[in-house]
Amino acid sequence: MRQWHRVAIGLLFIALVGIQFIPIQRNETEIVSNADFIESYQPPIDIGNMIQSSCYDCHSNQTKYPWYSNVQPIGWLLQNHISEGKSELNLSEFGKLSKRMKRMKINSIISQIADDKMPLKQYLWMHSEAEFSKTEKDQLLKYLTKIQTDNK
Amino acid sequence: MLVLILSVSLSLSVIACGNSNQNNQEESAKQHDHSSMSYEADHSMPTGSEMSMEENKSITHLIDGYLALKSALVQDDSKAAANAGQKLAETTSGLDISTFDAPKQAEIKEILEVLKEHGEHIAKSEIAHQREHFEGMTKDFMELLAQVGTDRTLYQQYCPMYNKGNGGSWLSASQEIKNPLFGSKMLTCGSVKETISMK
Repeated sequence: MRQWHRVAIGLLFIALVGIQFIPIQRNETEIVSNADFIESYQPPIDIGNMIQSSCYDCHSNQTKYPWYSNVQPIGWLLQNHISEGKSELNLSEFGKLSKRMKRMKINSIISQIADDKMPLKQYLWMHSEAEFSKTEKDQLLKYLTKIQTDNK
Repeated sequence: MLVLILSVSLSLSVIACGNSNQNNQEESAKQHDHSSMSYEADHSMPTGSEMSMEENKSITHLIDGYLALKSALVQDDSKAAANAGQKLAETTSGLDISTFDAPKQAEIKEILEVLKEHGEHIAKSEIAHQREHFEGMTKDFMELLAQVGTDRTLYQQYCPMYNKGNGGSWLSASQEIKNPLFGSKMLTCGSVKETISMK
């Protein structure tokens, strides 16, 4: 191995180790607020569980982190996904939105799930349990359509 | 070598992981009823029912923006629609809410927030999704006009075939049907449901 190869690998190694020490902000609020979607709508338990396990990692203040989130730069990528997801929809604070905004958000949720755009494919690679079966998807869409109608 | 790097970095990272809470506060807003529309029955076709409103010039840019978006979708032009959506989102902050009666302000603010968000999504979506947002915002847009008035006559048009037969509405500056929800696929599907005019 040439000298500069060794230097390059050495530097890379130091960089990889170094970035592990940069503290990251974790999206883990312990208190569930009254504005929380599941808390305020009280959906049937299986619907609530579906929403919790398929949506809450990126669309709430309560992410359940996988072990590899502690490995950088993977953790940073996850953090990006989470803040992007929360800026579109934060189910922990759903109750704080105006009725009008809720209507719009629920419309978008329905359309994203119906078109299989959510949950994200990349998310399902590592979270196969988050994928909806055909029956689950229908159940969930039916439920969301119902609260949309009640909301009007 | 690689395995070594990964295992070392993994074990170090477990030690290093920080922990802090993050909690964003979003603005909460109140809900208000509105009932300032005045409907007049009109049986002469094809202009549908009539709704007359206060004339209001400050809404001009928003209506222009909405109609630019509509034209882009009529022409199946996703890129132009994205630009129009972006522009509409920016225009929502140009309306001075304080010039309206206090009881109306909260609702106008909420409508503008929703329109802004629709516009932002249209700016970054493909055309089917742009159309969903456009159709979704039409109701909000009409409610905005009911609150603040209009600067021109507009026609609410409706195509029963949109969204798997659930139907969809849009606003147009002319009575002629040019369908933005289907574009060239079904350009003339629709009819005038309501005429929104100045008092």
